[in-house]
Amino acid sequence: MSGIATFLTRRRGGASWHFTDVLAWIWLLAGLLLMFGPVVWLGLSSFKTRAALSEFPPTLLPYETSVVEVEGFDEPLPLYRVKTEDGEERLLVQVRRIGTVAQMADPEAPDEIIRVPLVAREPVREVRLATENYSTPFERYNFLRYFYNSVFVTVVATIITLIFNSMAAFALSKYQFKGRTAVLAVILATLMVPLSVIIVPLFSVINGLNLFNSLWGVILPTVATPTGVFLLRQYMLTIPDELLEAARMDHASEWKIYWRIVLPLAMPAVAVLAIFSVMWRWNDFLWPLIVLSDQELYTLQVGLNSFQGELNVQWHYVLAMTVVSMLPVVVIFAFLQRFITSGIASTGIK
Amino acid sequence: MTAEARHETAGERLAGLLLAPVRWGMNLIDRPMTWLQRRLGLGGVAAAFLAPNLLVFGIFVLFPMMLNVAYSFTGGGALFLNNRVFVGTLQYETLLSCRDFLDASSCREDRFWRAVGNTGFFVIVQVAALVLISLATALVLNREMRARGFWRAVFFFPVLLSPVVVALIWKWILQRNGLLNAVLVELSFEPTLWLVNRGWAMFWAIFLSIWAHLGFYTLILLAGLQAIPRELYEAAEMDGAPSWRVLTRITLPLLWPNLVVVILLALIRAVQVFDEVFVLTGGGPGTATLFLVQYIYETGLAQQVRNLGLASAASILMAAVLIVLTLVQLLASAWRERKEQR
Amino acid sequence: MSHLELKNVSKSFGPVEVLHQVDIEVKDKEFVVFVGPSGCGKSTLLRIIAGLEKATSGEVMLDGEVVNHLAAADRGLAMVFQSYALYPHMSVRQNLSFGLENTKTPKDKIEERVAEIARMLRIEELLARKPRQLSGGQRQRVAIGRAMVRRPGVFLLDEPLSNLDAELRVTMRAELAALHKRLDATMIYVTHDQTEAMTLADRIVVLRDGRVEQIGTPLELYNRPANRFVAGFIGAPHMNFLEGRFTGGDDGAARIELDGGHVLLLPIPARPEGEPITIGIRPHHIETEGGQARIPATVTLVEALGPETIVHAEAEGQPRIVAALAGQRSITSGNTISLALDERFLHAFDADGKRIEESRVAEEI
Repeated sequence: MSGIATFLTRRRGGASWHFTDVLAWIWLLAGLLLMFGPVVWLGLSSFKTRAALSEFPPTLLPYETSVVEVEGFDEPLPLYRVKTEDGEERLLVQVRRIGTVAQMADPEAPDEIIRVPLVAREPVREVRLATENYSTPFERYNFLRYFYNSVFVTVVATIITLIFNSMAAFALSKYQFKGRTAVLAVILATLMVPLSVIIVPLFSVINGLNLFNSLWGVILPTVATPTGVFLLRQYMLTIPDELLEAARMDHASEWKIYWRIVLPLAMPAVAVLAIFSVMWRWNDFLWPLIVLSDQELYTLQVGLNSFQGELNVQWHYVLAMTVVSMLPVVVIFAFLQRFITSGIASTGIK
Repeated sequence: MTAEARHETAGERLAGLLLAPVRWGMNLIDRPMTWLQRRLGLGGVAAAFLAPNLLVFGIFVLFPMMLNVAYSFTGGGALFLNNRVFVGTLQYETLLSCRDFLDASSCREDRFWRAVGNTGFFVIVQVAALVLISLATALVLNREMRARGFWRAVFFFPVLLSPVVVALIWKWILQRNGLLNAVLVELSFEPTLWLVNRGWAMFWAIFLSIWAHLGFYTLILLAGLQAIPRELYEAAEMDGAPSWRVLTRITLPLLWPNLVVVILLALIRAVQVFDEVFVLTGGGPGTATLFLVQYIYETGLAQQVRNLGLASAASILMAAVLIVLTLVQLLASAWRERKEQR
Repeated sequence: MSHLELKNVSKSFGPVEVLHQVDIEVKDKEFVVFVGPSGCGKSTLLRIIAGLEKATSGEVMLDGEVVNHLAAADRGLAMVFQSYALYPHMSVRQNLSFGLENTKTPKDKIEERVAEIARMLRIEELLARKPRQLSGGQRQRVAIGRAMVRRPGVFLLDEPLSNLDAELRVTMRAELAALHKRLDATMIYVTHDQTEAMTLADRIVVLRDGRVEQIGTPLELYNRPANRFVAGFIGAPHMNFLEGRFTGGDDGAARIELDGGHVLLLPIPARPEGEPITIGIRPHHIETEGGQARIPATVTLVEALGPETIVHAEAEGQPRIVAALAGQRSITSGNTISLALDERFLHAFDADGKRIEESRVAEEI
């Protein structure tokens, strides 16, 4: 115990506690509670049965009333802890309930019915994970489809983004040609105009190209990201031109220089863009919401939103699917945390 | 197989296997590109490299941008521009006609002005709070501590969550039987219908967007803090400067360029607020959390009768604000880089 | 056959002209060094030959054919870059074979060629390594190997030794010289280091400000520098220049009075009195005794190197004279000594810095 205390209180140089240290720790712990708490709560809640979710006040862990198979009954019966009149405590199953009185029986001797007032009994509960929250939406609803659509959009859009952006970045960083400044300026200018500003005309463009209600309509407008072009171009500018010249002397065609020399060397930047792109596309909401009208084509985010918007919200499914839709991002983050944070810190993009 | 090839690790071999189709595809493109190179020289090759990106870019970004302007001068219900009626500045007049600009209900397009008012309020409060909280968090994380990576992750991870997920996490906590009300009851307070009360709905909209984006700005500020040379702090310590003076005289002035960039980035983002709040409140109750992007989306695309012209005009006005902010931001970035080089 | 000719080659970057009508001929199997101070255009010239840069005007001819329009790869040249430009993500083996792969050479042939080069350059054990795992000298070898692997007719080397430390540079220099003999190829070598030029070259091209100052064998340049610039650039320590003017004499011998009042007789035709002249004398041609032309000077610095002693001295009217005296001398700074200029090795330059051709210089023995 004292070991933990010294661990927690140990400070630089072993100096005594300063009030700023206290403030900092308060801030960190409050942060931990506020940032992590809701997600933990989501995770715990997603394993609760529908009945447990509607309880107030809610329990921390997912409990469920225990049931027992009893001879002579087709269905398993719920188990209760009952205080009898003589102050004794017994475990009984409920056979049926009539008004404020329950008919109960000893699971060992089910033939003898004991009448117990409702207030004198309490259900026996055990921790159980309601995994059906996860399996049912995939089986009964369209979530498997949504999941597939999201994966398709994310993977295809990212691959196209990487190829197109890196090609453009290569041209803009390694060639001198007329109009280069103009192209750069145009791309820079459009950095200022986010998608949310052009949704109306973009919608009509998508319609005109017959891409409305198609996953390609979701993918294509997102792939020519100016951010990606800039990120890669900045990196490629640091690759020495002598390498390209050496390759030219080595009989390499320009295309070969691009994919055998420049692309491998720009891998760190390409990887950063890949991670960002996966995150962007997986999390996209507004644009898929506009383009997709057919349930079958919904991405996970849109599907989740429409599911939670229904009149009678089935929270037990909503919560489980929320966890599913954040899982890939959490996994990526867990493995690539350092990479992502340093990528953001150095590029200032998100 | 040569001796060196056997030194390949399993990972490298796997990567080689995965890359084989890529290699094949790339070699396929090599031929037409080489032909192009012979015919057109390096300039032609550059054009070919730019073409796919520029094509997509032109169709899905540049062209719509211009189209947007055209739409804003037309009316009627047709989707395609050639079927639409030219109405001059009517859409702008509709948007901007108010008897009293401070009272949204006196305006022809009152939902627009409510959205403007809400967005304005949101931008001011959210950005101020967001920047202050990010700064405080960055300062705390910049202290010498154990497990800094863990703490950074704690504050950062919501950045990666989708807006829908963020909204649902909090919607679940804020609902009538939610965790928050349970805690309040436990502490013998009255439970509240958080998202049905106008004021609280706005509060939670702001809270949510701070919660979701805090980590991003913290990270940028933290990078800025860590770029401040340690010797400066050591010199201050030698001078016996108290910690608040170190903060106001050393840390903040040196962090200022980063802070400016962070403020502008936060402003640009805040003006475009939509996703999380839309999923959380749907803009309600009433129009309490109706923001500009939602107004554009609903007016132009989601209503039974689409009013593309009005939505375009509104988005042009919003774009104007964003362009100004972005220009300032680019200038500030350039200024920061110049400062850093010195 | 690899015969290279530059005719009237000029190059401008925008309004800045960096090469002025350069004419150079490089014969087959010759080792030619372009030397000059940084910014003289020597690297640009090499890149024009390589095809990495286009000449603004003039012709580049290879074996009698104009190759201006040919891309770098199609000229059959190989280049070693100053930074080596090894592909960092490829192993040494891949670095060596990349060029052959691009020309669709059969696999077994590539292996064979790479093995041969690796053996020749003693880099066999390094084939699996990445460039960052190599030392400077090893990288240098790989860079040369990469140039050799396609058996080019002409090697272009752009300051290949400048990134090495002094000791390694001497070793590599010797290896390069040996390699040239063995490969029997034309080599064009760019450097700012005159020692490298002197030791490696069959012929040296001295460049300054985009102009050719002189072309010749190392000893021609050393013994008969065409102008003051070449005289000062070639040879270490640098040649001393003494300012003076003609004060009479006749066609057989000119009387020259050095600044500071000392008078010399030089076997060149006299020029009008008062015309300025610069006398050049290499430090190794100065002694402390003997000779006719003696100049009293005050020693400011003595560098005892062992086999020779370098003496810096000041004479009246002549701010700095350096003498390289054979052996070890008991001279200390502050001493007044008499500097004897060996008249056989005096160079004379006119007011424009051009060599006065008639000035007699004995071939060094």
